[in-house]
Amino acid sequence: MSGVVLRGFGWRHGGRKRWAVRGVDLRVESGERVLLLGASGAGKSTLLAALAGLLPEDSGEQEGTVEIDGLDPRKARERVGVVFQDPETQLVMARSGDDVAFGLENRGVPAEEIWPRVDEALRRVGFPYHRDRPTAALSGGEQQRLALAGALALRPGLLLLDEPTANLDPAGAALIRHAVTDAVDADTTLILVEHRVAEALPLVDRVVVLEPGGGVRADGPPDVVFAAHGEALAAAGVWVPGHTVPPRHATAPAGDVLLTADRLGLPPRLAPTDLRVRAGEALAVLGPNGAGKSTMALLLGGLLRPGTGTVTAAPELAGRDARTPPHRWRAPALARRIGSVFQDPEHQFVTGTVRDELALGPRRTGQSEASVTATVDALLHRLRLDRLAGANPYTLSGGEARRLSVATALATAPRLLICDEPTFGQDRRTWRELVDLLAELRDAGHGVVTVTHDADFVAALADRTLTLDRPAGSDEPDRPAGSDEPDRPAGSDVPGRPGSARRPVPPGRGAGAP
Amino acid sequence: MIDLEPVATPGAPLARRNPVAKLAAAMVFTIVLVATLDPVAPAIAIAVELAVLPLFGVRYRVLARRAWPLLAAAVGILVTLVLFAADRSGPVLVEAGPVLVTQGVLVTALGLVLRMLAVALPGIIVFATTDPTELADALIQNAKAPARFAIGALAAFRLVPLLEQEWRMISMARRARGVDAGRNPVAKLRLFASTAFTLLVGAIRRGTRLAVAMDARGFDAGTPRTVARRQRFTRADALLVLAAALLAGAALTTSILLGTFRPLIG
Repeated sequence: MSGVVLRGFGWRHGGRKRWAVRGVDLRVESGERVLLLGASGAGKSTLLAALAGLLPEDSGEQEGTVEIDGLDPRKARERVGVVFQDPETQLVMARSGDDVAFGLENRGVPAEEIWPRVDEALRRVGFPYHRDRPTAALSGGEQQRLALAGALALRPGLLLLDEPTANLDPAGAALIRHAVTDAVDADTTLILVEHRVAEALPLVDRVVVLEPGGGVRADGPPDVVFAAHGEALAAAGVWVPGHTVPPRHATAPAGDVLLTADRLGLPPRLAPTDLRVRAGEALAVLGPNGAGKSTMALLLGGLLRPGTGTVTAAPELAGRDARTPPHRWRAPALARRIGSVFQDPEHQFVTGTVRDELALGPRRTGQSEASVTATVDALLHRLRLDRLAGANPYTLSGGEARRLSVATALATAPRLLICDEPTFGQDRRTWRELVDLLAELRDAGHGVVTVTHDADFVAALADRTLTLDRPAGSDEPDRPAGSDEPDRPAGSDVPGRPGSARRPVPPGRGAGAP
Repeated sequence: MIDLEPVATPGAPLARRNPVAKLAAAMVFTIVLVATLDPVAPAIAIAVELAVLPLFGVRYRVLARRAWPLLAAAVGILVTLVLFAADRSGPVLVEAGPVLVTQGVLVTALGLVLRMLAVALPGIIVFATTDPTELADALIQNAKAPARFAIGALAAFRLVPLLEQEWRMISMARRARGVDAGRNPVAKLRLFASTAFTLLVGAIRRGTRLAVAMDARGFDAGTPRTVARRQRFTRADALLVLAAALLAGAALTTSILLGTFRPLIG
């Protein structure tokens, strides 16, 4: 219903030298569905924030104009609905129905109209519960559907979706895509930012590519844009459909066992599971949300005390400490042997600059100052962080923060590296670098364990996979029909690629499932 | 574990009262108690509070579990005061070596501890029987509190349980980086401070994102708000406040008639 016109639009956040977005000329007609693309840092999110009227005039400097139906977006907020990336921080109320009603109350919708509109919005997005359902009891995908209902209840003429599936597992992401397909009116204008282009394409009829330096690089129907610019876009980090990444599997057989988990579990989060981690092998741990994958990563990383069973480190990994379980090692000893990369990079940052962050681990483990400098410089270069050496880790972009968090874990040269969802929300360029880096480590004889939902990543890197199932008796979230991730049998240990049978496959079973 | 959820049996006659009425009743009841230093009035007040507990649908066991830190503090204060207070007036009750307990010190200490319990219990009962959303609604509709404040606080409140989880993740991430304090108390303190700082940075970022999301849905945009959930302040609610005032007055009167009343001022 709403049309958008940008003329030479640019925005520079207060206190920054660089323009976040600049020189954008764009016209979106009422009812069009646009996928907004661009490499990391091209200004997609800033552009959406401008359209949502969420850039206060005094918070930066504007160039050119942006209009929605001829109005300044700050005065046209009633016509615009937004769904953001993070489910946790866009739900306001404790009960689902109240959350959808929140926007209607703010807009002054008469009380007697509120609940019918809430129920209608919940029905349209296929929300499977009663409106009294606590928002805290919803899965990430369900929370995002609720956020979509909250935006749709306001009957926006323009709907903005800022990577609404980036934080979700594949099943949750599919829920959101189905909800957008089914729930958004044909005359609602839609502008979507999404890294995973292939999945977003069925939702849109036009692709607009922003150029990082400024301006619009390409604009038109998806097939035309990708035929003309596919190669360059893929190189710039956009997930262009059909541009697959060559797999990097192990060229040598796996080495000795580094870590053995024997009926390892932590009720109620993880059912007892057997597992062996080998040198020179990339192991992927898969499974639906709630199966305890992250718990498994923390247990293997020596960060949590096991509830059941044991973790035993081989002398090759543990040296003198082989008789003690990893969770009782002193932290510097642990960091030298097992590196952990957390799902949220910011949890791991301890110091004020990127350089200090990289130097912290080597210093703690008693390296000489010369060798610390050498290690830090090599990692800065390897992960393209040279120019950011003096920056505060909290100011980095998502991709930079991820690269730094991996680099900090590598700085102490641990024999075993454990990563929790390292590719979440990453653009294609960072994604490829991660695959290459982990493959190199593996080929150099390190053990690599990755907890992940990312099927492409598993296909590109994993030599072996272990699929966990939800612990028996856990509160299983309801899965509405249409969920596209069939559960594998409990704890099945399947080869990651043909030909891996010549390698001995250790017995991994999820003994907790009946 | 931070335990903030309401625990009342739904439908208990007083738990169902308007949250603002419950809050007002609790305030009226406790303000009167603050005026006196004697142990009798607070003792009567505690008896009244415990007597009305079933009407709020709270079991005594549940209250004991919620209030145990308070009880522990009360015992601690009592022991400290009895042993160390300077006031040693009145007849001697116990004399064992250096320990000297007189009637005066016992009365003062009991008065203080009972007062603390009598003042704290109503608050615990109100929050144990009130849904935070309903409290915010009632504050806006019946007490004319600004929505910006009440809804903002409610939204922030929802993020509190996340902090505990976050603290654990940050601590584990530090250990993975090779940072631990061992047995060194100074290092422990520094680690605690730096973990708290990281937690704070994360909390501010989350709060900012939440504020932007609320903005995007028109919160505090100047349009007069409507309300989806109506809260009514009925005659029964007014009676609850009145009853609280009368009971508190009765406790005070009893204390004066018994001659134990000691005004806070004068």
